[in-house]
Amino acid sequence: MLRFLIARLASAMVVVFGVVTIVFLLVHLVPGDPVEVMLGEAAQPADRESLRHTLGLDQPLWVQWGRYIQGLLHADLGVSLHSKRPIVEILRERVSATVVLAVAGLVVAVLIALPLGILAAVRKDTLWDQASMVFAMIGVSIPNFWMGPLLILVFSYWLGWFPVSGMGGVGSLVLPALTLGTALAAILSRMTRAALLEVLGEDYIRAARAKGLQEGTVILHHGLRNAALPVITVLGLQLGALLAGAVITETIFAWPGIGRLTVESIQSRDYPVVQACVLLISLGYVLVNTLTDVVYAALDPRVQLHT
Amino acid sequence: MSIRSAVPATVILIWCSVAIIAPLLPLKPDEILLSKILIGPSADAWLGYDDLGRSIADRLLMGARTSLAVASSVVSISLAFGTFVGIVSAWLGGWWDHVIVRIIDVFIAFPGILLAIALAGLLGPGIGNAVIALAVVGWVGYARLARAQALAVKHREHIDAARALGTGRWRIGVRHLLLLISAPLIVEATFGIAGVVIAEASLSFLGLGVQPPAASWGSMIRDGARYMLVSPHMVLAPGIAIVLVVLSINLLGDRLRDWMDVRLRP
Repeated sequence: MLRFLIARLASAMVVVFGVVTIVFLLVHLVPGDPVEVMLGEAAQPADRESLRHTLGLDQPLWVQWGRYIQGLLHADLGVSLHSKRPIVEILRERVSATVVLAVAGLVVAVLIALPLGILAAVRKDTLWDQASMVFAMIGVSIPNFWMGPLLILVFSYWLGWFPVSGMGGVGSLVLPALTLGTALAAILSRMTRAALLEVLGEDYIRAARAKGLQEGTVILHHGLRNAALPVITVLGLQLGALLAGAVITETIFAWPGIGRLTVESIQSRDYPVVQACVLLISLGYVLVNTLTDVVYAALDPRVQLHT
Repeated sequence: MSIRSAVPATVILIWCSVAIIAPLLPLKPDEILLSKILIGPSADAWLGYDDLGRSIADRLLMGARTSLAVASSVVSISLAFGTFVGIVSAWLGGWWDHVIVRIIDVFIAFPGILLAIALAGLLGPGIGNAVIALAVVGWVGYARLARAQALAVKHREHIDAARALGTGRWRIGVRHLLLLISAPLIVEATFGIAGVVIAEASLSFLGLGVQPPAASWGSMIRDGARYMLVSPHMVLAPGIAIVLVVLSINLLGDRLRDWMDVRLRP
């Protein structure tokens, strides 16, 4: 287990290093002179030079890169061009909103997907099965920038159950979480069904039934437990899509998280903040994926044999 | 062909043909009729008018062109580049393979279209930049798949035989390797089209895709969301179009996968 852990962490470090490098290079992709783009054409030459110096753009690329890494190690992501505040401070204010939304989206997805997937597997080839698979198919096909406005229309304007946008109270979390969680719920329910169907054909399920255990116990304790591994893996992998979806969901619901900050910063051409947002979300994703792998290995003794 | 394939196939066919012949149709997607602002569906304009008094039906058809153009270019670029990288990585092996796999790992570490949003934002809005941004994110999946597939068939006897017969590298690569591993790649590309349709609309929704007055389903939803309370028809039409197209591609992709009998996904 220890060897697996070390190998996994080492490869995660390589990925983190690569992610940081690509994020660093992002600003250098801005066509033309980034300083000019940020300040506009009317800026004074002296202002340009000063910004160029502040951003370190007058240094060779590898020096800039070294400084960027050095800054990161000291938790220094630079200063926002827009508000002149340290970016780390801005991120700290915003990150909890995104974490809350992502966790809520995840909970919604699991709450929808598990019952649906189990129902579809247990009642295979019935109307239940087909209905839940139709949901799964439609769920992955509805873009969240359409789903969000529709939910607002129905549940905020027409029914008046939840606030239209903003963050405050549990009520304001419901629609964004639904918007964010539906696609994941669709994928997870398919996965749960497939994994459970595979497990339900095993001998130990037949043995459990032969022992006279109740069907519910057989499904939940003997079936679902063994089907959990692939489901957890998919959950971990799909979290990236969930985090990316947060960018759009937060924009629709004016949710004050990192995703909305990303879009706002793109619009105000605050490139260092865009960089920082992409870095934060991506590193969060790498962390979750590494954790998923470790959990997987901890749950399934067979994984270690192959490492 | 069963009804379960026929319906989605028809939707795709309509989408593609509308997209291709749209410029030949008597459409006026940019014509502003001030008297028709926000007017809902009626007999002569069956999808109504938007906030500037433009025909939503006409814009919807032009939007089909945008989404097909972006989807087909992004998927072809990603597929070609990704497959090439994947096969080269598997073929060369050793140090090269190691480095390429690391690069693929790094790109996969960026969640979903987040990198594309940032890239499109930095490169500046516009359809060309949207294609670049989506292709930069898109090639990785194909590269990983092509590499895995190529590794699996690299040491098959028929390849050894071809090599023993003195067949050139390129010829082996294309005729004996690429052809053999193309089925899963085609299936993946089918799902990829659905993904790019949504991704392009997402970028346009955020204002990073096509620029006004050009029409995209994503930007139509963006415009419509502001007037949702008074005229929900502006949001409904483009949304239904996206869902129909994406759903149909996914359904067909499923059928294609069953038909070609490849297991890609867990």
